[in-house]
Amino acid sequence: MSDTDITSTEMDGMGPKGTKLGLARVLGPAHIWGLGVGIVLVGEYMGWNFAVGKGGAYAALLACWFAGILYSCVAMIDSEVTSTVAAAGGQYTQAKHIVGPLMAFNVGLYLVFAYTMLAAANAITFGFLIDTVAGMTGHDGLDQRPFIILAIMFLAWLNYRGVLATLTFSLVITAFAFCAIIALFLTTAVFMADSPLRHAELMTDLPYGWLGVIAAMHFGLWFYLGIEGTCQAAEEVRSPARSLPFGTLAGIMTLLIAASLTWYVCVGLMPWEYLGQSGVPLFDAARLSGSTTLMVLLGVGTMFATLASANGCINDASRAWFAMGRDHYLPDWFGAVHPKFRTPYRSIIFLVPIALVFALGAPLDQVITFSILSGLLGYTFMPLNVILFRRKWPLDSIKRGYEHPFHPIPAIILLCLCGVTFFAVFLGYGSQLVAMLSFYIIVSLWFHFWRYRFVRRGAQFTMPWPRPRGY
Amino acid sequence: MDMWNIVEYAAWGLSIVFGLYIVINWTKTDRTYSEEELMSSREGALEAMTEEHKL
Repeated sequence: MSDTDITSTEMDGMGPKGTKLGLARVLGPAHIWGLGVGIVLVGEYMGWNFAVGKGGAYAALLACWFAGILYSCVAMIDSEVTSTVAAAGGQYTQAKHIVGPLMAFNVGLYLVFAYTMLAAANAITFGFLIDTVAGMTGHDGLDQRPFIILAIMFLAWLNYRGVLATLTFSLVITAFAFCAIIALFLTTAVFMADSPLRHAELMTDLPYGWLGVIAAMHFGLWFYLGIEGTCQAAEEVRSPARSLPFGTLAGIMTLLIAASLTWYVCVGLMPWEYLGQSGVPLFDAARLSGSTTLMVLLGVGTMFATLASANGCINDASRAWFAMGRDHYLPDWFGAVHPKFRTPYRSIIFLVPIALVFALGAPLDQVITFSILSGLLGYTFMPLNVILFRRKWPLDSIKRGYEHPFHPIPAIILLCLCGVTFFAVFLGYGSQLVAMLSFYIIVSLWFHFWRYRFVRRGAQFTMPWPRPRGY
Repeated sequence: MDMWNIVEYAAWGLSIVFGLYIVINWTKTDRTYSEEELMSSREGALEAMTEEHKL
C-alpha cells in the first residue's frame, strides 16, 4: 500500500483531498483529439510517401490500410485500458499495474525515446521549412540552427506554463492543418472545373511486387504514428472515462480520413517515382494544383503540423518521464509538480537539452528510425497488456469507460501486424533495429540489478482495484 | 544585412528569452517551495475518491 493516505481529508490542497499538488485536471475530449491527431498529422504532410518509393502507389495504399487496422486496434485497446488506468505515463502506468515493473520500465523508455526523438525530428523539419521559405524569397545559406532551437524552446516554455494553453494551441493548429488537407481534396477533386488529378495516367502495377508492399509497411506507419499519445493526458482530463475513449477514437477516425485523402490527391498529381522521394508531398501537390491559395494553405499547414507534433511530443515525453520519477523508477526529483502551473516542470526541463542534442547533432533519418522502432516496441507490448488485463480483471470485476469489441481478435491482429512491420523495418534498417534492441536489453539489466532496489514496491500500485483474478 | 539575417538574430534572441524564463522560474520555484510539497503528487488520487470500480 502507498505510504501516503490519498483519502485523507486533512490535506485539502489543489489535488483531490489527499494530495497537495497534482497535475491540473482541465482538459476535455477536444484537447485529447488535438493531442493525438496533432502528434500524427505531420506524417500526412511528409514521410508517408516513402512507402510509395518502396513499392509504388498501390503498395502505399495497402500499407495505409494495414497500418490503419494496426492503429485502430491500438486505439481501441488503449481506450479501454486507459479509461481505467487514468494516470500520467499512459502505457507505462498500464504496464506497471498489469504486467510488471521490468515491462513498465521498458515501456516508459520506449515512450520517452519515441516522443523525444520525434520532437527533435520535428524541430529539424521546422528549420528545413524556414530555410525553404527563405530560399523561395531568394535568400541562400540560412542558418537553420536558431529556428530549430527556437521551436524547441518555445514549445518547452509553453508546456512549462500549463497544459491547457499547450493543448489548446495544439488543437487550433492541428484543426487548421486538417482543414487544409480537406480543402486540397475538395478543390482538386470536386470544385475545379478541369481537375488536375490524373489517376488513370499515373497509376501503375506494383513495381517491386508483394515484397514492395511489405517494405512499404515501415513508412505506412507514418499515417498514424503517435495516436497512442492521447493516453499521456489521462491525469489531466476532467473525465478520463469519457474523454479518453472519445478523443482517441475520434482521432483515429480523423486520421483514417486524412490518410485516404492525402494518398488519393498525391498519387493523382505526381508519378510514383517522384512522389516516393518528395520531401513535402502535400505542399508539392498544392503547387502542382496551380492554385496559389492552396499553396499558401498547405505551406502553413505543413508548418503547423510540424509544430503541433513537436508540441504533443514534448507534452507526452515529459509525462512519461514524470510518472517514472514519481514511482522512483528514475530519481524521484523528476516527480515534482510546479505549484503554480501544475506541470511536471523538472521533466520538461530535463528533456529539452536531450531534444536539442539530437536535433542539432543527429541525422534526421536516424532520429526518426529510432523513434519509429521505439513506438513499434510499444505497440508489440499492447496485445500482451490487454490480454492480461482482461484475464486478471474481467469485464464483471471493474468498471471501464470503454469496452473494446471482439476481444481478443484486435490483440491478435495487432500482434501479427507488428510482426510484419518488424520484418519490414529489418529489411531497411536491420542494424538500427539490432542496436536499439541491444540498448534496451542493457538498460533492462541496469534496472533489474540496480535501480529496482530504490522503487517502493507497494507504493507504486495505487489503483483501487480488486485483487486480480487468480491471485 | 537582409531581412532573413535579422530574423535569424531574432530567433536566437527569443530562444534565449524562453530559456532564461524557464531557468529563472525553475530556480525560484525550487527555492520557494519545499521538496515535500513539490513532490506530493500521487498517482490515482482521483480514482480513489471518485471511482469505486464496482459494477
